[in-house]
Amino acid sequence: MTSTQTTIPTQAPGGAPGIDTGDPDLRPAYGLIAEFESPGEVLKAAEEVRKAGYRWWDCCTPFPVHGLDGAMGIKPTILPIMVFFAGMTGTIAAFILQAFTNASSLSIWALVWVTGYPYLISGKPMISMPAFIPVMFEVTILFSALTTVFGMFTMNGLPRLHHPLFNSDRFRKVTDDRFFVVIEARDPKYFRSRTEAFLESLGATAVEEVRDDDMTEEMD
Amino acid sequence: MTTLPADGFGRERIVDNTSETPGERAPLVLNMDTFGEVTEKVARVAETPRTPIAWYIGFAGSLGLLGLLGFCILYLIFTGVGVWGLNTPVAWAYDITNFVFWVGIGHAGTLISAILFLFRQNWRTGVNRFAESMTIFAVMCAGIFPGIHVGRVWCVYWLFPLPNQMEMWPQFRSPLLWDVFAVSTYFTVSSLFWYTGMIPDLATLRDRAKGRIRQLAYGLFALGWRGSNRHWHRYERAYLLLAALSTPLVLSVHSVVSFDFATSQLPGWHTTIFPPYFVAGAVFSGFAMVVTLAVPAREVFGLKNLITLRHLDNMNKIVLVTGSMVGYAYAMEFFIAWYSGAIYEKFAFINRAFGQYWWAYAIMVSCNVITPQLFWFKAIRTSIPIMFFLSLVVNIGMWFERFVIIVTSLANDFLPSSWEFFTPTWVDIGTMLGAFGLFFTMFLLFCRFLPMIAIAEVKMIMPQADPHHGEHHDDHHAHEDEPSAAPTGDAP
Repeated sequence: MTSTQTTIPTQAPGGAPGIDTGDPDLRPAYGLIAEFESPGEVLKAAEEVRKAGYRWWDCCTPFPVHGLDGAMGIKPTILPIMVFFAGMTGTIAAFILQAFTNASSLSIWALVWVTGYPYLISGKPMISMPAFIPVMFEVTILFSALTTVFGMFTMNGLPRLHHPLFNSDRFRKVTDDRFFVVIEARDPKYFRSRTEAFLESLGATAVEEVRDDDMTEEMD
Repeated sequence: MTTLPADGFGRERIVDNTSETPGERAPLVLNMDTFGEVTEKVARVAETPRTPIAWYIGFAGSLGLLGLLGFCILYLIFTGVGVWGLNTPVAWAYDITNFVFWVGIGHAGTLISAILFLFRQNWRTGVNRFAESMTIFAVMCAGIFPGIHVGRVWCVYWLFPLPNQMEMWPQFRSPLLWDVFAVSTYFTVSSLFWYTGMIPDLATLRDRAKGRIRQLAYGLFALGWRGSNRHWHRYERAYLLLAALSTPLVLSVHSVVSFDFATSQLPGWHTTIFPPYFVAGAVFSGFAMVVTLAVPAREVFGLKNLITLRHLDNMNKIVLVTGSMVGYAYAMEFFIAWYSGAIYEKFAFINRAFGQYWWAYAIMVSCNVITPQLFWFKAIRTSIPIMFFLSLVVNIGMWFERFVIIVTSLANDFLPSSWEFFTPTWVDIGTMLGAFGLFFTMFLLFCRFLPMIAIAEVKMIMPQADPHHGEHHDDHHAHEDEPSAAPTGDAP
């Protein structure tokens, strides 16, 4: 549990996994990462990076830091709206399922030809809304929950098997107790030495350049 | 707060954080100053090559019972449901008792993860992963019983609205079908909740992994999580949405289970109190099971600073509250049976307490009504051996509650000539014990290979996680936080 307090020269990304032979500089730069030791420091740094006008940047933290969304200027996600519509879809789908299978004699094509079967149960109406509600409720929740999770991952661009940031050994501490500011090389304001000096001025304990194995993925 | 003299690092060791001081928040993470210590403590359980000997003993026993479950199920399938002791009029017995028992156990996890999350109960972070896992394994156990009790197991897909050769559909006006939807939705949503919550911690294990296999395994399941705040933003929103969705869901599931009984015409089942009464009972038994599991787990894996006495104390309080609700429901059932003036209803309840199953009723009342009342006393709430024993008693009592509701009502219904006395066979008992084998096998595997405590969430509730921590030294936290403000790189 020792923490490196010194600044590692950025020309030496050595020690990163996957670099065994050859000149590491042959790979394009992904960006610079700056390490901070506390949530408070990364919060202040994030404010400064946003004020400096960077656009392709991020903070990586072991847990969500309170106030960082505001400091970074992240817009609220549209996830709740998606979930609402997914839930409504579930409600309607469950109603149609029940009305079709139990209260109609329609034939429809749903991968195979299927026909409804009107059941008359103890003289209840064919469309027995009160009896249909539990299933409508459950399907609403099911659709909403699936949309919540898969929508969140899709918008986050996950799952992915690799990311340039994982080339840095230092970055492994991001899931433990270190807080990082990442500025990507594709940012129009990115200029290696100037950005590096800027990050150091924010009080980073270390600034390191991260290389990208495959730039094609990020070209968009 | 009880503290022990300073340890080797010059810090006071807090052992009891259960006292209530107005205006001050009791610490939920004890004797840990840095985020790294939390990571180390939890991750080491999944990483250590030296598995505790208690784990092997438990696992061997659980595997044995799991084998028994497999054998009993195969025997049942190859022979027929006649191998069970149930027969008309007691058409449901151990199978549905076990089903309701396990679904009930499965309620504590989602309650902790969803409802306590919405109520901003920070102490949930110490036990939520634990309880959520328990939920999933309990629902797995529950799912077995309706599946195998149908007789022709190979036709079990008729439960679902799938096109089949009969060109018929399930009957959606039946609570049994609502149950299919409720339980399968519950299983899906709680698994999603559990897994989503675990991703940042799986990433922690991935980043700490030494061997290639571990790196690959944890890496695959961590889905490439890198702690990006743009991701955390959506993640937190998703987590809140899941909590908001799971809250009505968890209440609906046991309500729907109770509809299986309440919508029938049988005296003793046909009562409107069933949905809330079942939900309270489910939470009651679920929390008792969390205590049953948490007490040995924190001991064996050395997690006493994260699952503190305060967590156990809080859970015992919930056991007390829900146990009182259950006791109230028992009394109210009797009152309504008398007040309704229905002779069958009246008979059903008098028969329940004094008839041929009086002993089951006596076990149920003494375990579920009297026992939890002991938790009024703080000395009992905070005594590890007593709470462990009482949690076992509550589990036994809640199993008997389901037995009493199901079997006594069926055995003596309207027509005395068709009354019956249900006796379980060895297959009944073997299947019941075997389900515990499945539950504990899954649970022990989880303890050994997955992050048992929500690492990222625990870090969030530490005072150090506040970005303004250490800025205001004049507030009431100052004295408590002072030693942790200095960076200590010496994890014990």
